[in-house]
Amino acid sequence: MQVEVPSSMFDTSELVLNMGPQHPSTHGVLRIVLRLDGERVVDSDIVVGYLHRGIEKLSENRDWTQIILLTDRMDYVAAASTNLVYCETVEKLMSVEVPRRARYVRTILAELQRIASHCLWLGTHAMDIGAMTVFLYAFRERELILDLFEEYCGARLTYTALRIGGLPLDIPPGWDTKVLSFCDIMDSKLGEYETLLTHNRIWLDRTKDIGVIDGPDAIGLGLCGPTLRGSAVPRDVRKDEPYAAYDEFEFDVPIGVKGDTYDRYLVRLEEFRQSLRIIRQAIDGLPEGPIVGKVPRLIKPPAGETYHVNESPKGEIGFFIASDGRSTNPYRLRVRPPSLCNLQGLRRLIRGHLVADVVALIGSIDIVLGEVDR
Amino acid sequence: MVDTLVIPLLKIVILLNAILIAVTYMVLLERKVIAWVQSRLGPMRVGPYGALQPIADAIKLMAKEDITPTRADRWVFTAAPIVVLVPALIVFAVIPFGPEVELFGRSVPLYITDINVGLLYVVAIASLGVYGIILAGWASNSKYPLLASLRATAQLISYEVAVTMILVSLVLTAGTLSMVGIVEAQRDAGLWFAFVQPVAFVVFFIGGMAETNRAPFDMPEAEQELTGGFHTEYSGMRFALFFLAEYANMIVISTVATTLFLGGWLRPFPGVAALGFLDLVPAWIWFLFKTFVFLYVFLWIRATLPRYRYDQLMRLGWKVLIPIGIGNIVVTGVVKVLL
Repeated sequence: MQVEVPSSMFDTSELVLNMGPQHPSTHGVLRIVLRLDGERVVDSDIVVGYLHRGIEKLSENRDWTQIILLTDRMDYVAAASTNLVYCETVEKLMSVEVPRRARYVRTILAELQRIASHCLWLGTHAMDIGAMTVFLYAFRERELILDLFEEYCGARLTYTALRIGGLPLDIPPGWDTKVLSFCDIMDSKLGEYETLLTHNRIWLDRTKDIGVIDGPDAIGLGLCGPTLRGSAVPRDVRKDEPYAAYDEFEFDVPIGVKGDTYDRYLVRLEEFRQSLRIIRQAIDGLPEGPIVGKVPRLIKPPAGETYHVNESPKGEIGFFIASDGRSTNPYRLRVRPPSLCNLQGLRRLIRGHLVADVVALIGSIDIVLGEVDR
Repeated sequence: MVDTLVIPLLKIVILLNAILIAVTYMVLLERKVIAWVQSRLGPMRVGPYGALQPIADAIKLMAKEDITPTRADRWVFTAAPIVVLVPALIVFAVIPFGPEVELFGRSVPLYITDINVGLLYVVAIASLGVYGIILAGWASNSKYPLLASLRATAQLISYEVAVTMILVSLVLTAGTLSMVGIVEAQRDAGLWFAFVQPVAFVVFFIGGMAETNRAPFDMPEAEQELTGGFHTEYSGMRFALFFLAEYANMIVISTVATTLFLGGWLRPFPGVAALGFLDLVPAWIWFLFKTFVFLYVFLWIRATLPRYRYDQLMRLGWKVLIPIGIGNIVVTGVVKVLL
């Protein structure tokens, strides 16, 4: 809904506004150079790289197990998901069979991580639009997940929760019942978030028809994950190319209708429920057995290269690794970061909207700068 | 001499100090209320339950370096916070906190003055504050404050008209512009005007929230969008003046709403004789209690609602509130003539 004013009518000039890297709503160190007409965005330039640590290059000088630590520091709000895709990629190259119990626990961890990451997304997204209470509510529930992770592996943010071939340690006694009781808590809290936002008049005004992108365009821009599914594209790696133990569980892939900010919000909100559903099934059917597959003490994959994708909370995350078969380090490691891919769409999404919508849209595509820049 | 000079001056001194203390404690109250809504504790460290937090805040703000950006318009930059704060304080001159009371054998009215165009004075002075915001944004010579002052301007013209329209219908009902007169009219009618003019009450409250730049209409200072908006470049005591003004404005709007719609110092249901025992509570306590209820609602809304976009506020103002305002005047006029 844009009003076209012929530029010859008034003597206007564009205002160049630098948003970030120090700005409360750029979710870290993203920098956007906006060209504004009044408050309307004419065009923008998205500058990344302020958090670049050279993780891909660093990996070439670390051995395969040490790299798990580096993957923690990419998507630092969903470390376990990145751990999982990295470990699975190496296992794929080494053709290691992971025991069923380990795959179940990995699924539980990945889904807990998805809920934690979505909590953070919901909190910051709502905060950007001005609903400050949702932020603290969502963080309250995220805290419970951090406690669960702390009990499992001792860390609260950078977990290093998995190992190549399986798990570093089995789940602590009683942990599974705690996870189940968390699921019940989370179920009721989701209603609380919905009360505050889903039918809120102001929330609807602020998110409906904002940043609309249809399916083909979203695919063309390389969007992925919930951002893509918001545009009615039912692409979910967990369903399409199941990994871990996802092929053994029943869950739905929620999709949006129109591809606006509200649809993306609804999709992620439904993903909370589907994640809880998967966790419950996994806990109920948790098999007994070993937690580590047959992995040599010195991990040295055979010469070759492979690519493997997972569905991280942010979207489709892929690892490409190449091994020369002689050293204990990767020859080359390359990440397909979903946050960066989704960020490509931002320029298109914010064009023609107001400054207030820019922060709503940054929240809507759910990026984490640690992963964008690596 | 005593009646014309000493007592009014004393009242001004007492009132100003009371307001400034109330404003600083308003900040604490806001932090506490929002914390409770969000299942937190709020300030707990300074004094028991954080009771001395406002003092710590004041010391911190006064001790901070006061920076004027090199390219700012120095005079306007300095004047802007004062332009914001002063109107917020002088509106209190016409707010009746209670009827005349006997003090030391003298009859002292619990208001500084009762001018016959009191309501007009309130509307005129209260809208002056926004100029300070516009000036602050302009004088900072910085882009975010500039956008904020554009927003403040857009906001001003959208709610001001609606609020003034709605007050016209209230004046029609009350038959006077004097603030004391309006309260007395409610006493004579035996009914608070909130029940006589419910539509006006709601519109006035929405407009009041916009006027004080409070959530969900806090676009000129939207931290998440404009990094603080018009006060981005302000620091130290000058920033504190903006802060004080915002809370003083909240108190102003609450007192005005109390006076106009909730019967000022009158007890609930002033027309029902059976509730006469409620008069045992002093009138000014009723007034402060009602004001407090309004303030609480302000905080409650801030903790609950997301923020409007400024074009949406303009749409709300022009397409919803102003037509309602005009319609309300027509209905009030017709009813007034028919009765």
